[in-house]
Amino acid sequence: MSIFTEAQAKAILDKVIALSKADECTAVLAGSIDGNIRFALNNVSTSGIVDNTELAVTVAFGKRVGTASINEFDDAALERVVRRAEDLARLAPENPEFLPAIGKQTYRPSPTFSASTAAIDPAFRAKVAADSIAPCRGNGLIAAGFLEDGQSFQATANSNGNFGYQRGTNFDYTCTVRTEDGRGSGWVGRNLKDAADFKADQDIRIAMRKATESAEAKALEPGKYTVILEPAAAAGLISFMMSFFDARSADEGRSFLSRKGGGNKLGEQVYDPRVNMVADPWHPEAAVLPWDSEGQPREKLDIIKDGKIANLNYSRFWAQKQGKTANARPGNLLMAGGDKSTAELVRGTQKGILVTRTWYIRMVDPQTVLLTGLTRDGTFYIENGQIKHPVKNFRFNESPVIMLNNIEELGKPVRVAGDESSLVMMIPPMKLRDFTFTSLSDAV
Amino acid sequence: MQRRDFLALTGLTAGGLIVPSFFGKVIAAEQLQSALDPALKKRLADAALAAARQAGATYCDVRIGRYLRQYVITREDKVQNVVNTESTGVGIRVIVNGAWGFAATNQLGTTDVARAAQQAAAIAKANAGVQTAPVQLAAAPGVGEVSWRTPIRKNAMDVPIKEKVELLLDVNAGAMGAGASFVNSMLFLVNEQKYFASTDGSYIDQDVHRIWAPMTVTAIDKSTGKFRTRSGLSSPMGLGYEYLDGVGTGKAVSPNGVVNYRNSYDMKADAIAAAKQAQEKLKAPSVKPGKYDLILDPSHTWLTIHESVGHPLELDRVLGYEANYAGTSFATLDKREQHFQYGSDKVNIFADKTQPGSLGAVGYDDEGVKTKRWDLISEGKLVDYQTIRDQAHILGKTESDGCCYADSWSSVQFQRMANVSLAPGKTKLSVADMVKDVENGIYIIGDGSFSIDQQRYNAQFGGQLFYEIKNGQITRMLEDVAYQIRTPEFWNACTAVADESDYRLGGSFFDGKGQPGQVSAVSHGSSTARFNGINVINTARSLG
Repeated sequence: MSIFTEAQAKAILDKVIALSKADECTAVLAGSIDGNIRFALNNVSTSGIVDNTELAVTVAFGKRVGTASINEFDDAALERVVRRAEDLARLAPENPEFLPAIGKQTYRPSPTFSASTAAIDPAFRAKVAADSIAPCRGNGLIAAGFLEDGQSFQATANSNGNFGYQRGTNFDYTCTVRTEDGRGSGWVGRNLKDAADFKADQDIRIAMRKATESAEAKALEPGKYTVILEPAAAAGLISFMMSFFDARSADEGRSFLSRKGGGNKLGEQVYDPRVNMVADPWHPEAAVLPWDSEGQPREKLDIIKDGKIANLNYSRFWAQKQGKTANARPGNLLMAGGDKSTAELVRGTQKGILVTRTWYIRMVDPQTVLLTGLTRDGTFYIENGQIKHPVKNFRFNESPVIMLNNIEELGKPVRVAGDESSLVMMIPPMKLRDFTFTSLSDAV
Repeated sequence: MQRRDFLALTGLTAGGLIVPSFFGKVIAAEQLQSALDPALKKRLADAALAAARQAGATYCDVRIGRYLRQYVITREDKVQNVVNTESTGVGIRVIVNGAWGFAATNQLGTTDVARAAQQAAAIAKANAGVQTAPVQLAAAPGVGEVSWRTPIRKNAMDVPIKEKVELLLDVNAGAMGAGASFVNSMLFLVNEQKYFASTDGSYIDQDVHRIWAPMTVTAIDKSTGKFRTRSGLSSPMGLGYEYLDGVGTGKAVSPNGVVNYRNSYDMKADAIAAAKQAQEKLKAPSVKPGKYDLILDPSHTWLTIHESVGHPLELDRVLGYEANYAGTSFATLDKREQHFQYGSDKVNIFADKTQPGSLGAVGYDDEGVKTKRWDLISEGKLVDYQTIRDQAHILGKTESDGCCYADSWSSVQFQRMANVSLAPGKTKLSVADMVKDVENGIYIIGDGSFSIDQQRYNAQFGGQLFYEIKNGQITRMLEDVAYQIRTPEFWNACTAVADESDYRLGGSFFDGKGQPGQVSAVSHGSSTARFNGINVINTARSLG
């Protein structure tokens, strides 16, 4: 069994810390059971369960550091892994950027665990697939989707007396529905805390409707358009940008947050004043562990406040070098918005384009965070507050920095997962002017 | 560590699609030189196969994998990290009642693997209820006990860390000495020790090696706040440490003196060149958008081949199995019947899992099929796809193409891209001769930004180095260049491919596909090729 109780985890970590003869010792014990089901062409294609538990021990003699890990937990194994880490540390070169292990912390637990998600079994997963597939069969539609769920624990301890333990769960469902003739495609995604809140048989209707309604797409000329990005469409661009909120890169002059002549843009107005983003490990819908990979306690932290850069990621080393306070690396990103749903934003739009989802986003120029990517699985033309007709997909070349200066209106944030980001996100649907589409795509 | 953290740490632009986290548990360097006892592996495999049969499986395969990685990461005069990782475990795949089930465990006891086999069978039974068509496997006759090893000359895992660190710090010193503001460099070494056994009677032991030495050199103009990078022109390869010996025969020098590399990389010389070119990029004029004839170096073309030919000709994508994530394909089955004109008659593209030095080369794939080479596009016409055992029947094939792969013991194997390459031109043609005919063109070296839609029609690519060609002469460096294509029009605009003396491999360690996401390493070969009348955009923007 890969999930240890707090008492079991603490007993193991206490033994490890006691065994170490190094100047300091940090140990992290983590385990997970992950399940998934994948379906395509209205059939289940793969399904599986993977479990894993691992103990990593890091020790230091002066500025020499060694790490070793193991997945056995009897006394002899624990002794072996500690000695191995010590041997490696003695042989390692001095790390000029070494900082001692963090002191004893108090971690306020965050609500990362859901009993209903942890209780998912193969029958639950098979039913999700069946509930997604059944309404598509017989309606000229083809479903392809994926459910990934898991439960996990993480425990951290060090020789300064620090200890933390927390359990967590994860749940992410996505489904793409295509018309049999391949002319229409729709999508739905649900990234949830509680599996009990999930209704595949209802959510699948969103993807089915978008597939059906996107089948007669008309070509619009590429150019600058008012767009409504659904939360999933905006998340990919925004999460991409967040990976450049690193203070060191900015100070070194190789970031869009570098100041001409030196330094960074901390405190400067970079976005529309309506842009507010925070990290908060205790958010009830989007909680994350209350510590980061170094064990630093996460706090509620303004990242962008009224469009100004409120905080950059200062590693402990860079903070010390620059005379700043280090902060834990955020695990979530909560962007503020208004009260309106995507549908309400559509109703208030004279002319515009509704984007369900964005795809294959890549950096074109880091100087301006110019990103390219495409729309996908439901792109529609809006006129006088109504969806008028589907349009062919576009390629965009746009910077999220420019995009977040062109805000018309923000809607109500919802929890979304990025295709390629580990951040747990709450992102609003957003109405933006002058969004740059540079070419048409024939892809459906 | 997450992908973004990894990118931030290394300052690298990913060579391929994605860069995943460090992987597996941390071990000592000397442990990288060991291997599991084949007798133990056979015993475990037999226990799993027996348990699967007993649980009602009509087919079972067992993959016992030991995946070793070594990362040496540096910046300027500092070693940032040296990490050795190992991930060992067993993945078991079964067919029960016509449906697949999979389970994996890192516990290497016969009872543990038997339990995982039973779990896989239970999952298959649960899935069989919603399955309308039973799985059909193309035959893969048992090969008995066999082994295969990447033909390396020097095992990188045997080279002392000290030697690797000295190499990278010397490379960095070269770049800094040539005027770089920053340099990040790393070595990324992979050894996959894979044991495959199946109810077909195969016991296949393979030892696969790969190497990658990426770097990024940054130049900053503090007065303007402008920064530019130039990434290394090397390629990840299916070679040993001999790739880094930098011997002269590995070089391919372009008509304007830019040095590219074949099967041997002089990393320091490239770092010095990169530092100079990154500074030159700061001052290079911005491209005027419009139609240009493009001359694409193999260090660039590999990625265009990968995205616009390799992926759309994966049969599982064509059929819709990847519809929810990576997407489908414009190259539908009817197009093979019609011999769809994918490209001009200069375009001959083949798939190959055997090419020495390539990332995809193995003796057998991850479902026990012997690897081979086959044609995908012949004189511009679409003739075939890439497929595996449970989909071969859809093409009317009686055997798999041997391109099934899993990135870990804990991942389910599925169809992954073979090395897909553009065959060199049959008549003698040098790059210099090719440039002579171009009136208004751009010569692109190295891979840059890349993005393509989910059916592989509309793509956009950047590069590392862009040079203007005017009236048959390479004149000056350009910046802010990206080109946009519609796949069939692009390949039909191919008017020349240089001969085999220019043929080189590019590739990626991190081609992402599937849910849960998996990566695979793949190479793409080509000679320099010319494409007429391609749409070039200007990517410069102002943040005000």
